[in-house]
Amino acid sequence: MSKTVPFEGPTARWLPDRNSSGRRRLHLSQGPIDLVIEAVGDEQEVARAYAQAHEAFEMVLEELARELPLLRSSNAACPRGRVARLMHAATAPYRPEFITPMAAVAGSVADHILARLVEGRTLARAYVNNGGDIALHLCEGIFRIGICDDPVTGAAGGVVLLNANDEIGGIATSGWRGRSHSLGIADAVTVVARSAAEADAAATMIANQVDLPGSPRIERTPAHDLAPDSDLGGRLVTTGVGDLTRSEIATALANGETAARSYLERGLLSAAYLGLAGERRTVSPTTMITHPQNPFREEPVCA
Amino acid sequence: MSAANGKPEKIRCDACPVMCYIADGRSGACDRYANEDGKLVRLDPLKILENAAEAGTEIVPFLEREWDGEIVPGPETFITAIGAGTTYPDYKPAPFIVASEHEGVDMVTVVTEGIFSYCGVKLKIDTDRHLGTECAPVRADGEIVGHVTTSEYGSQMLSLGGVHHLTGGSKKEGRVTCSTMLGLCNGEAADLTIDGGAEITVQAGRPPVINGALEERMRVGCGSATVGMFAAQWMGLVDEVVVVDDHITGVMSEHQAGKVIGWQPTGIKINGRRSTPGRYFQVAQPGTGWGGTNLTDPLKIIGAFDPKTAKPGLSLLMVSTTGEHAAYFELDENLDPIEKDMPERLQPSVKRIEENCEPALTSVLFMAGAGGSLRSGVTEHPVGLTRSVQKALTYVSSGGAPVFIWPGGGITFMVDVTRLPKNAFGYVPTPALVAPIEFTMRADDYRALGGHMDYVMPLAEALDGKTGRQSDHILKGRRGVTRSGENPWPTGPGNYPWNRTAS
Repeated sequence: MSKTVPFEGPTARWLPDRNSSGRRRLHLSQGPIDLVIEAVGDEQEVARAYAQAHEAFEMVLEELARELPLLRSSNAACPRGRVARLMHAATAPYRPEFITPMAAVAGSVADHILARLVEGRTLARAYVNNGGDIALHLCEGIFRIGICDDPVTGAAGGVVLLNANDEIGGIATSGWRGRSHSLGIADAVTVVARSAAEADAAATMIANQVDLPGSPRIERTPAHDLAPDSDLGGRLVTTGVGDLTRSEIATALANGETAARSYLERGLLSAAYLGLAGERRTVSPTTMITHPQNPFREEPVCA
Repeated sequence: MSAANGKPEKIRCDACPVMCYIADGRSGACDRYANEDGKLVRLDPLKILENAAEAGTEIVPFLEREWDGEIVPGPETFITAIGAGTTYPDYKPAPFIVASEHEGVDMVTVVTEGIFSYCGVKLKIDTDRHLGTECAPVRADGEIVGHVTTSEYGSQMLSLGGVHHLTGGSKKEGRVTCSTMLGLCNGEAADLTIDGGAEITVQAGRPPVINGALEERMRVGCGSATVGMFAAQWMGLVDEVVVVDDHITGVMSEHQAGKVIGWQPTGIKINGRRSTPGRYFQVAQPGTGWGGTNLTDPLKIIGAFDPKTAKPGLSLLMVSTTGEHAAYFELDENLDPIEKDMPERLQPSVKRIEENCEPALTSVLFMAGAGGSLRSGVTEHPVGLTRSVQKALTYVSSGGAPVFIWPGGGITFMVDVTRLPKNAFGYVPTPALVAPIEFTMRADDYRALGGHMDYVMPLAEALDGKTGRQSDHILKGRRGVTRSGENPWPTGPGNYPWNRTAS
């Protein structure tokens, strides 16, 4: 066991699918991080922006890994790394509720890379998509982002519509079928907030509370049985959801909605969308998130 | 590495700095590496991305031909299900439902990777050597992964996998079964042992290795069949022919085929169990010598000639069923056969046996049933798809390769794995195999069978990198593969009855 194996380093490549304007997207990847990045603007500015993002990505995972034990714990000590500090800042406001900085890891990585991407550059818009948790930079135009939940009926999910003056910097989605384990049963909770880290933390917390505590229809397993080093330890995470009655769906969504409203009042998020078994709720003071009547063709946001 | 309860322990992944501890049968935070029986494995679906990256090429949409940098695809483009992901358990539409046009007909192709718990692999191994008795268990890594089934002409058949071994036995049995099938389906070699039988190495499209010996040629037929095929050609060139074969050794002068065209008795005596005139079982032990026997000297199967019939100077050709071995003898005054050079007049006949032998190969057919919930990814009315397939209005392909559909209920299909692009198969830790499957039909027929019309997207958009909005998988990679020349084009009108009757 003493053999040193070199880690797989970070990789960067162009995605092949030029969009309709002929622009290209950059894919940065290492370990569990997959970033899809697009910057729009003057050609030279875009090239320099990508170079900055590429450079910033080099040490991200290694720095995070150094502080993983602290980031996985729910104690309030402040970590040192740049991404780690974003994670800490985004999750601290939720204490004393149970939360660890890991609740905001994806969003924080996206924020960090976006910050470096736009630093000193003039771009119309840009985004860093980290597996569905997206950091956004918008100076001109709008972002339309589709939310993909579980359209059993074929009816669409929600659409997030963002303007340059909305002061939105991030959008994140959480649900029990996603890559991270959830304490709740939401198919998708999508949150827009000032940053991707804040959106990530809020989505995680709301999704945990879209729940039916004690219901026999929900299968749960201690998190450490599934992932031995999970930050959730022995907490029960959702591994299966049986058929729910309409009133059970409504109860679970109401639990999540209550949480979302209280976080909204505390300024932790700007708007939220909750989806469970084809039912939807939005907590949105403006028309930032809507349910369209017709199927949409936007890029789905999938957790 | 085993915990007290006998379960394999968690392992630590060292692929990236996160160094996840991964529990048995689970994957790490990245979903790329998993703990399989205490071993760290890279999950297969990513190989698609990897192969392209390793070759130093850009990852391009998985077109059916090399990507030429064009953004707008040509009309001859077909999306295969390889790498498409699944929406298991299929309560929502399949990851891709794409529309294209072929010769003026709107065609819809529903693309998904099916997770097949009910699936198996049928192996046809071209050899007459005894691999094992029927029903004998076939093992890989000591686990039973299948059994010997009914042999076919010139070939031994194995049936591997199936739900019984995948999920009905021990955890290890399931994993080994899954990985054996996965390897075979992806064109890799597998080492198998048969209880009370042979040790073999098999690989799709390659000659089998049986007990360490490479099997190069199939025999032209058994010894008796060879006598029958060449009786007339040898007539008048030689007095007696013995075709040495481990199954049935044939003797021309006694055989029905020889008798009816006038071959005369020679007084030959064969050491072996006579079945019918001129056909002998068990002339020797199985082996790698003459005709699949252990013989290096063919005269060992011949007893003393009958002096009442035999006469000095009588000529005898002995040949194996592959033509690989042949020798010519003449009887001396004591009626003992003496080996002589093969006369020129007999050389073409020996060569002809050789020429009529086909190369021995192992063929691997993947067989699975798509009759269950997979159908609801295609339609809201699952039996509608089954009926449409049965009426041939819907063409089924697997990674673009044609499939054979079994008659009767369900959609149970078989496909030759060598006709799929490389590494088309994957697995999930259930364990079960993941195989690509595409359903192609006219748009009207898709509507009629209750298809998810709202989810149909133009082919150009799918090629442009757009995923179906129903897909909750992050697609890890796409690549262009060249269509195999022998595979019919899935949207081609020749596959559908409506065109055949129209034209």
